[in-house]
Amino acid sequence: MSVPPLTILSISEGSSLILLLPSQSAGHIDPGESTAKKTPTMKILVAIKRVVDYAVKIRVKSDKSGVETLNVKMSMNPFCEIALEEALRIKQSGLASEVVAVSMGPSQCVDTLRTGLAMGADRGIHVESTASLYPLTVAKLLKALVDVEKPGVIILGKQAIDDDCNQTGQMVAGLLGWPQGTFASKEARLSRLKKLRIVNFRQISWLALEVYALDVGVLLDTEKQVATVEREVDDGLETLCLDLPAVITTDLRLNQPRYATLPNIMKAKSKVIKKYTPQELNVEVKSDIEIVEVTEPPKRKAGVIVSSVDELIDKLRNEAHVI
Amino acid sequence: MRETEPKRVECVAAALSRSQIGITSGYDCSLLNNVQSDSSPPETIDKITSLPLGNGGRNPQLYRSFGSLATKVERNPSFSSLNSDDLSYFKGVLGEKNVVQDEDRLETANIDWMHKYKGFSKLLLLPRNTEEVSKILEYCNSRRLAVVPQGGNTGLVGGSVPVFDEVIINVGSMNKIIAFDKVSGILVCEAGCILENLISYLDNQGFVMPLDLGAKGSCQIGGNVSTNAGGLRFVRYGSLHGNVLGLEAVLANGDVLDMLGTLRKDNTGYDLKHLFIGSEGSLGIVTKVSILTPPKLSSVNIAFLACEDYLSCQKLLSEAKRKLGEILSAFEFLDSHAMDLVLNHLEGVRNPLSSAVHNFYLLIETTGSDESYDKEKLEAFLLHSMESGLISDGVLAQDINQASSFWRIREGVPEALMRAGPVYKYDLSLPVEKMYSLVEEMRARLGQSANVVGYGHLGDGNLHLNVSAPRYDDTILAQIEPYVYEWTSKHRGSISAEHGLGLMKANEIFYSKSHGTVQLMASIKKLLDPNGILNPYKVLPRSLLSYS
Ligand SMILES: Cc1cc2nc3c(=O)[nH]c(=O)nc-3n(C[C@H](O)[C@H](O)[C@H](O)COP(=O)(O)OP(=O)(O)OC[C@H]3O[C@@H](n4cnc5c(N)ncnc54)[C@H](O)[C@@H]3O)c2cc1C
Repeated sequence: MSVPPLTILSISEGSSLILLLPSQSAGHIDPGESTAKKTPTMKILVAIKRVVDYAVKIRVKSDKSGVETLNVKMSMNPFCEIALEEALRIKQSGLASEVVAVSMGPSQCVDTLRTGLAMGADRGIHVESTASLYPLTVAKLLKALVDVEKPGVIILGKQAIDDDCNQTGQMVAGLLGWPQGTFASKEARLSRLKKLRIVNFRQISWLALEVYALDVGVLLDTEKQVATVEREVDDGLETLCLDLPAVITTDLRLNQPRYATLPNIMKAKSKVIKKYTPQELNVEVKSDIEIVEVTEPPKRKAGVIVSSVDELIDKLRNEAHVI
Repeated sequence: MRETEPKRVECVAAALSRSQIGITSGYDCSLLNNVQSDSSPPETIDKITSLPLGNGGRNPQLYRSFGSLATKVERNPSFSSLNSDDLSYFKGVLGEKNVVQDEDRLETANIDWMHKYKGFSKLLLLPRNTEEVSKILEYCNSRRLAVVPQGGNTGLVGGSVPVFDEVIINVGSMNKIIAFDKVSGILVCEAGCILENLISYLDNQGFVMPLDLGAKGSCQIGGNVSTNAGGLRFVRYGSLHGNVLGLEAVLANGDVLDMLGTLRKDNTGYDLKHLFIGSEGSLGIVTKVSILTPPKLSSVNIAFLACEDYLSCQKLLSEAKRKLGEILSAFEFLDSHAMDLVLNHLEGVRNPLSSAVHNFYLLIETTGSDESYDKEKLEAFLLHSMESGLISDGVLAQDINQASSFWRIREGVPEALMRAGPVYKYDLSLPVEKMYSLVEEMRARLGQSANVVGYGHLGDGNLHLNVSAPRYDDTILAQIEPYVYEWTSKHRGSISAEHGLGLMKANEIFYSKSHGTVQLMASIKKLLDPNGILNPYKVLPRSLLSYS
């Protein structure tokens, strides 16, 4: 690992800031060390959404009722890929026993689940619904699944690239009354460490140490039942320490998702995908939102090349009205 | 969608730094004895060891090696040189702006993509329509001014840059789409359209270009047609001889030949358009093209695979043709040397397969109309191939982003090679089962002196044999040529599968074509271009083309 181990030297700049500096003496901490003796039992639930592929140019339906999805390439939401990757890494490091992927929506969501299983998820759950599912409904459905599956952590993408809502993770945490660590990111480097704000003080010293020594974004300590999450905030990075069970949503820089390898695709064929309907989970699918109209953003006007400074000033003054 | 080639700016920057290396390490003083008067172009092009970039071409005593050791190219004495009347004429026809004498712009146009060939042209003309092309060619012909048609200047055989002071004609301003028939999928456009623009135009219409290649961001459809470019989808859509339905070309004397048909079937007389497909600007300037484009199918799947030996690659190809036949749209390969270059020289590229080193990598693409059926079919094929040991590892793209990153590896090989330094490129058609033996033999021949790299369009039996060397060096070249050509000829291959002959291989045509055939080609050339002003010194052996 490129990041040297750390010890906490002092607390400064107000009560919630801790300054960390590299230490010469402390050794690396193996994430498996403390848990290696025990078999992990924690389950991670990951929500993965099927969306129009990130690289496809979005087209609005001619009747303005929504975005065209017919004959359009659909893929797993990139943030969800990151969420799944993080869950798989946690499992690989010996801290979780099972990764369960959940997708909600039409029958083709099974393809997305297959992708998730091929990446390494152990099981799939498909909540089938042809109706549009909005964040609150998805959160309710997830809550219902938590009652069935009893996971220790739920990991979701911070948002889906189709509606960009950025709500589901927060809502499910609210409904469950669990702590949430949103926008988990790995960008932390030593130079940034001055900006650590620790929310939960109980086990902070060792956890912060582990985070940086291992260069991992989301860190679980199953013994102490806490998770440490680095998250992106406007003024830098923040480290949260959450009691488990908890909800974590992932940002773009957290990790680089793995590819589906042929051996894993092969293994995925025999993995189980369980199907539920919203009714079976006692969740009423209804929408508090009515979509009035979907339109394309106004077309950007083509740029012009001006031939003189005078012309530029004239345009800024008389056309753009900015000076 | 896919980022595939370096921007122009980068090329020039690379060229400059390379020339500096060249000048300090490989400068041969004896060449200075051949110095010509300072600013006139040289009368003879001979081998040299460094490239005179960065000095505006004002130093013509340093010229490029042209691949073959023995050949010297002499400027055809029947050609005249530019004078001020010529310039006024061109300005009259094209307007000031389209008569380019600016040194920087000329420098770019004088140097080829590999920075291997450099001409000394003082003039670049940018016609805006067929009529202007006709006028300038008629004038050049009457004045015996030699010309070189240039498209995106991405050609790899030294065909797109002048050898001496030929006037460069680039139809890049002729970049309009003239018509697109959504029922038949027939596209009619001007020759200067950039391939990538056509690809995205068609994509919006729900169609695809039957041609795709790594240089798509720069190359022009006129250049593609003139080189009969093959590319990455050849295995599916076949040659431009099949897909180009018609074209308009301007002959050396300015005559406009309207063959811009849009019919799939037309057996009236000789199909002369074929003469302009692949004749590398030696018979006329292509100004318009009509091309048949297939509808875009929604389901595209891409696998990136590893094989441990070449025999497995071959077996996988024949299996793929049998089992994926109707959906197979690309079957590309690269060896571990090519992979290393890509990983070392291109930013942001990672090996999709876990770190273990493999000997061969394959990229298989399928294109079909039914997502789940196609995927299932490809998966079943791959899993079976894995079980039977043909492939040792592999990944399947789960979204377009992953697909692009696989393509980036294959398409990035030429760019990575260019960044690695001087490269000798051979583009060969060979029987698939023999193809890789040549790479291995060359590796044994060259030993430590150069890095021998093999990649290409395996599905079409097209090997790109590239020798990446620390410098352009005659002893290395002597190890490669004529050996590679002889080997290819012995195995009944072609010494140019898709890049053409250009300047590099004009004299080597006999390795692949009989004397009688080449003679007839020379007669056709003389008939269409009696003064030989169109792209002189290229395509045909110089010995056959004597000019009065
Ligand atoms: C990164 C890279 C990848 C490539 N991959 C492939 C590949 O997969 N398959 C393949 O076949 N080739 C490939 N090539 C080479 C290929 O020949 C060119 O990319 C392309 O077809 C040439 O188009 P251009 O517009 O750049 O033409 P130029 O390079 O400018 O010219 C090529 C030849 O055509 C002539 N010409 C150009 N325009 C006209 C015109 N309007 N009328 C008459 N003559 C004209 C020129 O005189 C010259 O002889 C690759 C090149 C690069 C740099």
